[in-house]
Amino acid sequence: MEIPYTVETRPDTGLNNVKIGIWLFLASEVMLFGSLFASYILLRIGSPAWPAGEDYLDIPLAAVNTAVLIISSVTMVMGWASLMRKKLNTYRLYMGATILCGLIFMVIKYFEYSDKFHHGYYPSTNTFLAIYFTMTGLHAAHVLGGSAVNAYLLGPGTKLWKKNPQMFINRVESAGLFWHLVDLIWIFLFPVLYLL
Amino acid sequence: MAEQHEHHEELSFLRKYVFSTDHKVIGIQYAITALIFLFFGFCLMLLMRWQLAYPEQALPIIGSLLGETRMPGGVMLPDFYNQLGAMHGTIMVFMGVVPLAVGAFGNFVVPLQIGAPDMAFPRLNMASYHFFWAGGLVMVLSFFAPGGAASSGWTSYPPLADIATTGQTWWLIGMVLLITSSLFGAINFITTIIQLRAPGLTFFRLPFFVWSQFVTAFLLLLAFPPLEGAGILQLMDRLAGTSFFLPSGLVISGQPLAATGGGSPILWQHLFWFLAHPEVYVLILPAMGIVAEVVANNTRKPLWGYRSMVYAVLFLGFCSFVVWAHHMYITGMGTVVAAFFQATTMIISIPSVVILTALLLSLWGGSIRFNTPMLFALAFLPMFGIGGLTGLPLGLTTTDIPLHDTYYVIGHFHYVVAPGTIFGLFAGIYYWFPKVTGRRMSEFLGKLHFWPSFIFMNGIFFPMLIQGMAGVSRRLYDGGTIYAHAQDVLPLNAMMSWSAWLLALAQIPFIINFFVSIRKGKEVSDNPWQATTLEWAAPSPPPHGNFETLPTVYRGPYEYSIPDQDTDYLPQHQPAEA
Repeated sequence: MEIPYTVETRPDTGLNNVKIGIWLFLASEVMLFGSLFASYILLRIGSPAWPAGEDYLDIPLAAVNTAVLIISSVTMVMGWASLMRKKLNTYRLYMGATILCGLIFMVIKYFEYSDKFHHGYYPSTNTFLAIYFTMTGLHAAHVLGGSAVNAYLLGPGTKLWKKNPQMFINRVESAGLFWHLVDLIWIFLFPVLYLL
Repeated sequence: MAEQHEHHEELSFLRKYVFSTDHKVIGIQYAITALIFLFFGFCLMLLMRWQLAYPEQALPIIGSLLGETRMPGGVMLPDFYNQLGAMHGTIMVFMGVVPLAVGAFGNFVVPLQIGAPDMAFPRLNMASYHFFWAGGLVMVLSFFAPGGAASSGWTSYPPLADIATTGQTWWLIGMVLLITSSLFGAINFITTIIQLRAPGLTFFRLPFFVWSQFVTAFLLLLAFPPLEGAGILQLMDRLAGTSFFLPSGLVISGQPLAATGGGSPILWQHLFWFLAHPEVYVLILPAMGIVAEVVANNTRKPLWGYRSMVYAVLFLGFCSFVVWAHHMYITGMGTVVAAFFQATTMIISIPSVVILTALLLSLWGGSIRFNTPMLFALAFLPMFGIGGLTGLPLGLTTTDIPLHDTYYVIGHFHYVVAPGTIFGLFAGIYYWFPKVTGRRMSEFLGKLHFWPSFIFMNGIFFPMLIQGMAGVSRRLYDGGTIYAHAQDVLPLNAMMSWSAWLLALAQIPFIINFFVSIRKGKEVSDNPWQATTLEWAAPSPPPHGNFETLPTVYRGPYEYSIPDQDTDYLPQHQPAEA
């Protein structure tokens, strides 16, 4: 017996399995980063002094990175929308742009990190840098993971388009939902670490 | 269907038994692995009980086998005692009880009870199991790390855990693997229950066991990630030299610690208990679900107050996220915060009492069949009752502060988990064994397992309550020998230890019964207990894909002893007679 509702929606819930699954996963991700944001708050209010973000961090560079991630979220949606209009080549273009944005983000992150290390700033330097490296590091791991999934959906994953287009669209949508969450986490990280 | 069967035949040994995506095989994999871990964790405790009953005396034979770094000359070193304590808790909770209750019973029974061909994400399910055993393996191997396994308690409180030997790093890596495993499982369970219910199986027709797994999965999904976050922070502390959990000015053995400080050990406690309190309900809810199934079936009447039980379990799940700091009353929290957590703790006891009362009232007027699963289920009720009631004094600051970190706490939560949850799980093993194997376990050996277990469980844990009220602290390497206030209750140590060792002997009938019944047990029909729920509509053992035809559900889960019927049970899938 086939497992039902892997692609088509169940009439009374109006959802397919994958969509519930990915939203549940996102909920757990919110709890993971939520615990780190909560830790940040507790550590900060427990400290007699807390450096301003600009003392250590490069705000313009991070602002560029924020813009890059927001653009990548838009291209992600455009890619999915192209598939809905059955335009595989336009999808390829937008998905390629999404991955490119992810890579630009990582390259800028690399320059940020190496600049810190160059100045002798390490996670062990103080609690601010510790939480900065931990949270942005975990977020960068998510960017890499999301980009890997996107790369799969741009490359070998497209074979599915001929066999089962709806299933492929669902996969792109799930990858997109994850990508938006990664973007959203950065939108919280940027003001919390750099600006406040 | 025919095509599916052919496909099934072609599967190689590896695909069929090791990398299987069939929820039943994965359930059995989970069950066997978890039972082995339970046995291993139990053995660690048996060693600890030697040290507590006969401190500083050489343990014959076994002691000398454990080596000079652990038990030189057969006498246990304090460091090794601490490792045993930490690993007993970790193994029993994260690698024994939860995988058995959720991974094994949830995987095997839930898809059958909702009339589904499999879980919603079979490959994710397989990955969940493989992460689980890998995490377990890391934990067990950590005994061979330099300095031994983690020794800072199953709670891994910093700063102690931050500066502990390498075993603690292994513990954290093992935990990350176990958390990943339960995350995959939780996503799968929730999706399966929402999406794959058979036609006609509305939410209020779900067996209570499915409800309990549904709520449990939400707890695993939302409570575990904060511990993962905490684990990452502790790994950073240990490997990257950060001070998330290290306060300023720490001095170790007369040497100032080379760390920036400025961190908060209390932060770890918050993150840890934010997981670990919902975890308590992860331990108990599946057992309650099993007991509900067994009680309804063996009283031959509907569960009393099924709907209120469902509402109670939902409320319980929600509330379990707002009680965590009642584990932390002695951290010096303000009275306002303490008052909040005392209030929520008192509130959360209400739904537990609702469920327990409903199960107890279900017995009233039933024609009870006293078979082995029912005996374990019946024993669950008072044992969980004692566990719950002894928890109330720990939920209020005035009584918690003197009792905190005494043997009273150990007695309390072991009553919930050992004669509570584990009895529930045994009931489940005896109850669903015929579904898994097509054969029944021996009733005689089952009773020979039950009665001594029941007596010795109480022989271990009741004296702990007495010792705790006398003020004996819980992590003492010598069992309290050097404390004046402990002298009156010291003789109880030997009694508890002998009870523990005899409890180990009492498991022999179970082990024999389990293995012999797989091959030689009495063959039974698809529905030997004359039960109503859908798992009994499938063949025993169920084939790949579970049901020959997809069942349709016509009624609620516990339609027993309906007047004017030929039989005293009406299965959920049986159409109403015209």
